[in-house]
Amino acid sequence: MAFIEIRDLTVEFTRIAEDGSEVPGTRAIDGISLDIEQGSFVSVTGMNGSGKSTLAKCLNGLLLPTSGNVSVDGMNTRDDDKLWDIRSRVGMVFQNPDNQIVSSIVEDDVAFGPENLGIPPLEIRKRVDEALKQVGMYEHRLKGAHMLSGGQKQRVAIAGAIAMRPECIVFDEPTAMLDPMGREAVMKMILELNAEGITTILITHFMNEAAQADRIIVMQKGRILADGAPSEIFMTAEDMAAELKRIKDR
Amino acid sequence: MIRDITLGQYYPGNSVIHRLDARTKIIATLLYIIELFIVNNFWGFLIAGAALAAVIALSRVPARFIFRGLTAVFLIIAFTVILNLFMVDGRVLWQWKFLKITYEGIWRAAFMGVRLVLLIIGTSMMTLTTKPVELTDGLEKLMSPLNKIGVPSHEIALMMTIALRFIPTLMEETDKIIKAQQARGADFESGNLFQRAAKLIPILIPLFISSFRIAQELALAMEARCYHGGKGRTRMNEIHFHRGDAIAAVLMVIYLAVIIASRFITFNPF
Repeated sequence: MAFIEIRDLTVEFTRIAEDGSEVPGTRAIDGISLDIEQGSFVSVTGMNGSGKSTLAKCLNGLLLPTSGNVSVDGMNTRDDDKLWDIRSRVGMVFQNPDNQIVSSIVEDDVAFGPENLGIPPLEIRKRVDEALKQVGMYEHRLKGAHMLSGGQKQRVAIAGAIAMRPECIVFDEPTAMLDPMGREAVMKMILELNAEGITTILITHFMNEAAQADRIIVMQKGRILADGAPSEIFMTAEDMAAELKRIKDR
Repeated sequence: MIRDITLGQYYPGNSVIHRLDARTKIIATLLYIIELFIVNNFWGFLIAGAALAAVIALSRVPARFIFRGLTAVFLIIAFTVILNLFMVDGRVLWQWKFLKITYEGIWRAAFMGVRLVLLIIGTSMMTLTTKPVELTDGLEKLMSPLNKIGVPSHEIALMMTIALRFIPTLMEETDKIIKAQQARGADFESGNLFQRAAKLIPILIPLFISSFRIAQELALAMEARCYHGGKGRTRMNEIHFHRGDAIAAVLMVIYLAVIIASRFITFNPF
């Protein structure tokens, strides 16, 4: 059984009309089935509005499927009792480094996740120190979050995710708002974490980042356009152009 | 100027004052404020000033850093002093049309000025020596008995944590919006007070919208990190009372007694 199993996943966003009734809006994800193996490094790419971020939010139950199922380690994200268990196993790092840091002080922010899990104080201390050392931010642990650069903030956000000891981390365009230096540091972190056995899902627009994964999934209009090893994906560029044309004409 | 406000900022350190329990510091600060209003002569302020100086020395926060906080609220102090200077009736020293300065006015102005300065420095000592998280944790614990009458102490504390965290972020956002509007030809410098106030609308509306967007993203990030209310939550640094807090409590009682006693000092060289 794969670590994450997605079966016929469809997500539709409803819109509230002027009279207050719900009107079906866009279909962000249109019948996707996927298996993500434990320890693998998968990158998801595609144009804006292709459903990448929606897919990411389905992996830890931030969004629930309109139809179909997502299960993590055998637990369905629809199961309310398992929700916190799922979220502690599937960590998430978002695009904007500013809007995911909760506490003013670096180490307090990293402790936020473990605190929510109800872990004893001494164990939290240990995890926070380890997580900060791992991302190379230990010496900045007492600094104010607003004094850090974008890349440093993003590394703090990664520390916040790894302090929960997840089995999988979903990165939703973590480098999109960073300068080249910050981007490189964050990418190095991601590769290191994957080498340690953490299942990694990286959503990105940058092909050089996507190419470092074991497997690339290309999305288009809520569907999977291509799925394979980087060498396969980049070889079939001509085929993909034909496929894009076919979808457009339809 | 906004960046100069040290009020509410934290100065990292490991002094005796830094190590005190946040609850002790909150209560001490509240008491200190009340005591400043008990004081009715300059002898009381002398004692209050000496006590504050002792706390500052113990905290090892550089005085320069503390006084920088004062410059930001200088206008408020100046306004109070000037108002008192001209508004108090009594023995007239100097008069020009409706403006007059009296002996009593000078005394009142100096009195209010000293009181305000001590008040601001005193309260900023609390925030300078206490981490925001400890401060909100302390408040949460102090307010927890109120849970029984339906006061959501955890939620209030979390709201304060997030508010403190997002002050710099929202200031950056405001800066960005101002620059974007200026780049498109917006003029914030000319016109009278009302015209200028009206010109703030193109700043406030985008700021309002972006703070909603930030709140939404933050809520998502918090949920992704398993936040589900205060129930079953633990803390990395649990706050505990130590021996230092007991000593502080004793000193607070002595200080209170001295301040009350200072009301009865009648010797006045002025």
